[in-house]
Amino acid sequence: MIAELGLAALWLAAALAALQLYAGAMALRPGREGVAALVRPAAVIQGIACAFAFVMLLWVFAITDLSVKLVAANSHSAKPMIFKLAGAWGNHEGSMLLWVAVMALSGALIALVERRLPEKTMLATLAAQAFVGLGFYAFLIASSNPFERLPQPAIEGLGLNPLLQDIGLAFHPPTLYFGYVGLSVAFSFAVGAMLTRQVTPEFARVMRPWVLGAWVFLTLGITAGSYWAYYELGWGGWWFWDPVENASLMPWLAATALLHSASVLAARDALRAWTIMLGVVAFSMSMVGTFLVRSGILTSVHAFAVDPERGSFILVLLTLYIGGALALFALRASTVTEGQRFAVTSREGALVFNNVMLSAILGIVLLGTLYPLLTEAFDVRVSVGPPYFNPVGAIFVIPMLLVMTVGPLLRWRRDSLERIQRPMILVGMVMLGMLVAAFTLGEMGVLPLLGLTIAVGLAIASFLPLRGRRLTRVPLAVWGMVVAHFGLAVALFGMASEGAFSEERLAAVAVGGTAQVGPWEVTLSEVLPAAGPNWTAIEGHLLASYAGGDPIELDPQSRSFWAPPQETTESALATRWNGQLYAVVGSEAGAGRWQLRLWWKPFVTFIWYGGMLVALGGALALIGRVTDDLRRRAVRARIARRRGEEAV
Amino acid sequence: MRWWWWIPLLLFAGFLGVAAYQLTQPKNDLVPSAMVGKPLPEFDLRAAAEGMPGASTADFHDGKPRLLNIWASWCLPCIAEAPQLDQLKQEGAEIVGIAIRDRPEDVAAFLARHGNPYTHVGADDLSQVQLAIGSSGVPETFVIDGEGVIRYQHIGDIRAEHVPILLEKLREAGE
Repeated sequence: MIAELGLAALWLAAALAALQLYAGAMALRPGREGVAALVRPAAVIQGIACAFAFVMLLWVFAITDLSVKLVAANSHSAKPMIFKLAGAWGNHEGSMLLWVAVMALSGALIALVERRLPEKTMLATLAAQAFVGLGFYAFLIASSNPFERLPQPAIEGLGLNPLLQDIGLAFHPPTLYFGYVGLSVAFSFAVGAMLTRQVTPEFARVMRPWVLGAWVFLTLGITAGSYWAYYELGWGGWWFWDPVENASLMPWLAATALLHSASVLAARDALRAWTIMLGVVAFSMSMVGTFLVRSGILTSVHAFAVDPERGSFILVLLTLYIGGALALFALRASTVTEGQRFAVTSREGALVFNNVMLSAILGIVLLGTLYPLLTEAFDVRVSVGPPYFNPVGAIFVIPMLLVMTVGPLLRWRRDSLERIQRPMILVGMVMLGMLVAAFTLGEMGVLPLLGLTIAVGLAIASFLPLRGRRLTRVPLAVWGMVVAHFGLAVALFGMASEGAFSEERLAAVAVGGTAQVGPWEVTLSEVLPAAGPNWTAIEGHLLASYAGGDPIELDPQSRSFWAPPQETTESALATRWNGQLYAVVGSEAGAGRWQLRLWWKPFVTFIWYGGMLVALGGALALIGRVTDDLRRRAVRARIARRRGEEAV
Repeated sequence: MRWWWWIPLLLFAGFLGVAAYQLTQPKNDLVPSAMVGKPLPEFDLRAAAEGMPGASTADFHDGKPRLLNIWASWCLPCIAEAPQLDQLKQEGAEIVGIAIRDRPEDVAAFLARHGNPYTHVGADDLSQVQLAIGSSGVPETFVIDGEGVIRYQHIGDIRAEHVPILLEKLREAGE
């Protein structure tokens, strides 16, 4: 009964999306304004119905209703409750339902509160939102029904992918989805603005919070995903240029560019067509990423339910959405009049440079990700890895970071480098000092060396926009920029340090034996069997002491899950302020010895602290922008009221 | 209207074409290569990991056919094909590896994690040998006969269905 309620709500939501699309599109024609009144209510009820369907899915997972196919295939009565619930979205069908539910709720929110744009643009936006939603509803109902019943209820569930039985990962995909959905809203706004040719600073201000929100979630998602790969996969690396990782990085790069170009449009009414283009590209990248990952046409370490039929369906959606939006762009871009002019040396100039560099990086990642697909068309299967991405990406990352140090100091419209001479010299001296210091620290590659240098320079430079200002009077959005730029410097420092100073040790150690890695001395004190609700494991007890200090206990495991059978490694980490010791226990190496893999990674944690700071910066800017908007709205309402009183 | 506004759409159409083609295409496994039938180019590579011998052309001149596997620790399809390489080894194939643009510690870690099917692993830091052999990507596997002549080229990861093909080619090369 619960499953049927969910399915009914899903159908209702789909029907309302169709109504919303039809009414929105009709209302754009002159003389048909009557149907316009239907659009906003349809969007609100659609949001409620779709959220209800998702709650019903959570419910069948919570009670482990094994007559529902999805529950039987992905859950198990012995699983802890939190993972039962996470199982609802830890699979293809459930994750798609979560996606449309969040998208429908976002549409409902816009329909309820957004009144700043011309009403026609709003109707076009909501129609575009319904058009995107409708494709996903069709996808869900036709080929991925999450509420499908089994003819005979299963006796027991088939478990959840053991790699996914991890609290971090349970919340990782939804985070990315919130990001993608935020970009879908920006996409709808871009389409709406193109349809009514209303590309104004106000449009950028309305779109910006959605881009900021999406960007915060994407940043958190990528940071968490990187940390997950780091400690769960047991390879000691934090980024593998895997297609799935690239699929999350590409929308982030586009969203970062969009965020900055939207700022230019909002503040200076320039970069109109470019901002629209990025609005289309950012969401397109999340769709292309989803397609590449789900269709199985690229090989990846991340196990997804791969299905060519679903791949074809997503490809059809891609054609409709992206093809349609790009065609609309080609037709309308030339009718969008050119915005305000600006000098090369200006805040706009720096932001345009940043945009060009980000787009180039995006192009490089996209090309590297698609290259195997291209060559496969000529029957050549290849894998593109770090030897391509790292050096080629660096060509554009480094100039971008250098301009980032001075860009925020420049004034809008027109400025001169002489005016910011002193801060530039300061940053230059700091970088030179770091470069010299890094040389004395020992031999390292060119990229880590440049990384350390620029990281230190950028860390200092990120605070320079605050100089000479009363800190209590600085707007929250500026604080957001400072924190986000500083976070990037912190993350870069972590990456460069990991690349430059990591030490690895692979040893076969008997119980009681020791191994040395960097300043750590690690003793294997015993090896014991361990067991959990659905796994058994070999657990190594290690005593690790840093530079002869008090030993810390570490318990890495090598786990065997039995539903479904799979081996995973649970690495153990000892975190100090200046780095992490990373330990993995492997199989028996004969003669009572065990394989032990140890890494000492100085400052590696800075990568993820930096990522969190970047997200915090985005969140601060979002809060700043939204509270500003609310304040303005209150002021407008007060003026309107006063006028009303005067009229009386 | 200016023509360059259509460029994004054209690029996207190109992507769609390739993707749609890929989705519908049955995989063609047998690709003739220009290097098949020619002798291996001369090379002598240092060892890619501690405790393993490096690889050189001389290793292929003792009358015994071998597999030459081009791979890298940073390559994901190489992880996917590791079980198949192990199986080939179990079936008696001798496999020489060439690790492309790799670091010794990464190679050692990969072999420790995914198994070591190789008798020799040479390090090709600049892809020079790879290009000379006529391989443009990783992974690729060549069948080399006892005189050092390339007899067959397999492009891409070895999947379960390719194992019998490679064993058959190896047997033919020994005749």
